Amino acid sequence: MSDARNAGFDDFLDAIEEEEPYYLEGTEGNGYLPPRRIDPATGTEDLSEEPLPETGEILTYTQTHVASPQFADDAPFVVAIAEFGPVKVTGQLQGVDPEEIEIGQAVEIGIDHTETNDERVVVFTPA
Amino acid sequence: MVSDVLIAGVGMTKFEAAPERTSRDLFAQAAGEAFDDAAVTPDAIEELFYGNFMGEFAETQGHQGPLMADAAGIDAPATRVESACASSSAAVRMGVSKIRSGQADVVLVGGAERMKNISTAEGTEALSAAADALWEIRAGVTFPGAYSLMANRYFHEFGGGREDLAHIAVKNHDNAVENELAQFNKAIEVEDVLGAPTVSAPFGLYDCSPMTDGASAAVLVSESYAAEHGLETPVAITGSGQASDGLALQDRASIPRTPAAETAGEMAFDDAGIDHGDVDFLEVHDCFTVAEALALEGLGFYEPGEAITAARDGETTRDGDLPVNLSGGLKAKGHPVGATGCAQISEVTKLLRGDHVNSDAVSDADVAVTHNAGGTVASCVVHVLEEVEQ
Repeated sequence: MSDARNAGFDDFLDAIEEEEPYYLEGTEGNGYLPPRRIDPATGTEDLSEEPLPETGEILTYTQTHVASPQFADDAPFVVAIAEFGPVKVTGQLQGVDPEEIEIGQAVEIGIDHTETNDERVVVFTPA
Repeated sequence: MVSDVLIAGVGMTKFEAAPERTSRDLFAQAAGEAFDDAAVTPDAIEELFYGNFMGEFAETQGHQGPLMADAAGIDAPATRVESACASSSAAVRMGVSKIRSGQADVVLVGGAERMKNISTAEGTEALSAAADALWEIRAGVTFPGAYSLMANRYFHEFGGGREDLAHIAVKNHDNAVENELAQFNKAIEVEDVLGAPTVSAPFGLYDCSPMTDGASAAVLVSESYAAEHGLETPVAITGSGQASDGLALQDRASIPRTPAAETAGEMAFDDAGIDHGDVDFLEVHDCFTVAEALALEGLGFYEPGEAITAARDGETTRDGDLPVNLSGGLKAKGHPVGATGCAQISEVTKLLRGDHVNSDAVSDADVAVTHNAGGTVASCVVHVLEEVEQ
């Protein structure tokens, strides 16, 4: 993997680490994650940074056993999509027994590092 | 009124694990069979649209358009089309547009994929490139993982469970038992599906289509060309639709819905001037068991939440009211991703013509639909095929 940063995406991860995560909001109230230059709802570049709600809600999850090589040493792991206000975020769910995960469960966002490559990964933990 | 595009001939390799075969060899075989079936020689081809997804990863081979034209003996403009697992149906659609616009009378469309020359882990990585590289792959999302996220949300919103999904796999394996071109000619039981090792929960191994080596091709011609050359063209592509959606599931309004299929389906049905009651059977993109249910709901044959029991209730089996995936589908026929879309066209053409091993199941049929999806249906291409008067 390239060592170059992915502007927008890595800025978002930095913001989580700095405990000031944000999303981008269009003039009609739609939320997006960076990088996002054009608001599909309005067709304009009128987007503002807004603070990400502190807690989100699990919408769905899966425990993955067969992983790609980048996550070989991490498997099995749980991937989830969580809704934080107007945006949904994909990350790994930690600190919950996979048998006891419930859709609708409240979570907080954070950053961890993969076992396999020490890459940053978005994580959710119970709120 | 727009002219129909006629299918003069189709070809398809056996879908199997053939790790030593190059994609150029696979495609040349499928193209050669399509030329023979069409009674057309390669020098008649005016353009090639060729689908392939992971050639750079599996064979370190880009720029496959001219490579495949040369392999097929064609001296004509050639373009590779990449739309993940919908690559070759997108190629078919480009061929249809080319003929309808009057820019060509004879085109070759198709696709190929070589997958079994790399390991399962490497293949998993290659396929995951159809997902969002930042927001999904960096979180560990694999393709079975992505569809599992859709399945678990589906269960939450609508009910249903693994046993319902298992019946979809059982049905599609049953359909492939006699299909010599299918990867798996083996019937399975619900218990086999439920007892298989977990890939990404709720999916076990038998909820997932396999990795496959294979190629498909079709010769498409204009009505005037078929008439002038006395070609036998009993099947036409009468409708074509395509739509896109956000690449990442997190960007969708609803995780267990596939609006690209809704839009592509409406577009294709309107184009053909048909409605749901006209459709006799379908081939849909069952890359994972739940995907067949999502496809039937997206296309409007079932309300959201209601297609998951269709196989279990016998509605989509070969004896059911609406047979689905008589070829065996991706699940049992196999899924060489860049070849899959045109393989659906090839199999439906044979089913309608009466020269497919399962044609007896739809002997009175004259309208069929193909649904081919890329990623988690961020791309969807739908075609309507009809038997036409010669």
